[in-house]
Amino acid sequence: MITRNEFRQIAANGLWKQNTSLVQILGLCPLLAVTTNLVNGAMLSLATIIVMAASSVAVASLRNLIPHEIRIPVFILVVASLVTVIDLLFNANLHQLYLVLGIFIPLIVTNCIVLARVEAFANKNPPLQSLFDGVFMGVGMLWTLSLLGGLRELIGKGTLFSGIDMVIPGLQPLQLLPADYPGFLIAMLPPGAFIVLGCLIAWKNWVDARIAAHRSRKTLPPAPQTVSAAQ
Amino acid sequence: MNFTSPPYLTQNVSVRRIMLQVLAALLPAIGVYLWLLGPIVLVQLAIATATALAAEAVMLKLVDKPLGLFLGDGSAIVTAWLIALAFPPMAPWWLIVVGVAFAIVVAKHLYGGLGQNPFNPAMIAFAVCIVSFPALMSRWPSLNMDASFADHVAVMFGQLPRLDAMNGATPLDTLKTALKLGEGQVSVGAILADTRIFGRMGGHGWEWVAAAYLAGGLWLWQRKVIGWHLPLSFLGGMVALSGALWLWNPAQFASPLFHLFSGGTMLGAFFIVTDPVSGSTTPKGKLIFGFAAGLIAYLIRVFGGYPDGVAFSVLLLNLCVPLIDLYTQPPIFGMKGEK
Repeated sequence: MITRNEFRQIAANGLWKQNTSLVQILGLCPLLAVTTNLVNGAMLSLATIIVMAASSVAVASLRNLIPHEIRIPVFILVVASLVTVIDLLFNANLHQLYLVLGIFIPLIVTNCIVLARVEAFANKNPPLQSLFDGVFMGVGMLWTLSLLGGLRELIGKGTLFSGIDMVIPGLQPLQLLPADYPGFLIAMLPPGAFIVLGCLIAWKNWVDARIAAHRSRKTLPPAPQTVSAAQ
Repeated sequence: MNFTSPPYLTQNVSVRRIMLQVLAALLPAIGVYLWLLGPIVLVQLAIATATALAAEAVMLKLVDKPLGLFLGDGSAIVTAWLIALAFPPMAPWWLIVVGVAFAIVVAKHLYGGLGQNPFNPAMIAFAVCIVSFPALMSRWPSLNMDASFADHVAVMFGQLPRLDAMNGATPLDTLKTALKLGEGQVSVGAILADTRIFGRMGGHGWEWVAAAYLAGGLWLWQRKVIGWHLPLSFLGGMVALSGALWLWNPAQFASPLFHLFSGGTMLGAFFIVTDPVSGSTTPKGKLIFGFAAGLIAYLIRVFGGYPDGVAFSVLLLNLCVPLIDLYTQPPIFGMKGEK
């Protein structure tokens, strides 16, 4: 079973403290290539969440059976079979989006986030904890990639949710900036991905620094002996 | 006795002094612009300067650096003027603002501010804008149009869509397009005979802007603000390749003289590659840097898809500077040959 504290820690790690894109800087290849708009980023993240949740549970259940020396090939086999399932599901149900995301769905196999969580967490923890770890790591990736994709789309094209009709037919993208917005194209190009990601990382570090400063201001000056309670 | 420590010979060299001399060296070119196009160039310079100072002030404030000292050193104004002159005249005002702000905020201050930037900020601005807004960045006005200053301002601020005479191509672009359309049947000489677009050396009118950059650059060299290595090797690289191709097939390749006086060659040679921060620092390294930048600029402008290649070639070479400097360290004083 899982304690409340454990759960909170896993959630905080996945969503913020160990965020895959902003802290671990893992899986840059799909991150940079796919996040040209919000929908692509979010849908790739959703696919990754499913793969991570399923592979974490599978590996955690098998962790006592997998020989230590060949664990990496075994992990890859588990992840690859799951990715194949996802790949076929996308192809069958969201075919247009599948054409856009293209090679990046099969490439989830090689996405270091998946392997990293399986190796670092699922291999050492029970299935339930591993499930939450996989899901929250994926959700951390989901909000980062959505934010990154949204910012790039907004700066580069002035719209949001373009391509949403590939997921939910009939919906229209939002035109947030005036229609004659010329489009700052570099945000949609690879350099823009690096620049916007860099800004997001800087923003996260700034928020962390603010929180740390706030905490130390609150706890330190009046009574130094209460510091231990802050943790 | 009065003891002092070395250095005994001091020179009055400060960033501010150097930057002011660079600005002064740009004045001839600005004068030629004034004569050819009218006061619109001053509006462009003013927009760029105001943006640069504002962006610089915001960034300095964010990192708690003294405002007066760094705003007064003039480095931001040099960047602003170079951008204003490298961009097409009468570019939309927001294009200048975006370019200058990007140069100051991203290319300069995010890398650590004055003296820390690995890339030339002005060329970053040019590259970012030409990649993002290719149509606007290659719309150059032709010089023999009769439009009033009010029309110019209206174009700049989007009140008028564009003037008829803004045919939207630089002389370099015109030549490249004509050669491509001619499919080897039209010779360079026949194309260059159109005196509305082409002058004796480069583009009609534009050649005088280039000559003014040359004059300003020579003055900077004479004042020892810049050395001879970088400009000469840059022009050398340009002449070497263009000359070789011209000698091989003068009907399809313009003469080196045309390339020296077209596009951003002179501006690049004396004001861009000579940036002491982002360029190579060793004497041999400077020669390699300049020569390679000249070669690549020629390759991009003649065989590439962009109207001019100076910005991209300088940025590419900026990337190579650590490597170039590593292999061209001069021997330590007193040692022979090998380090």
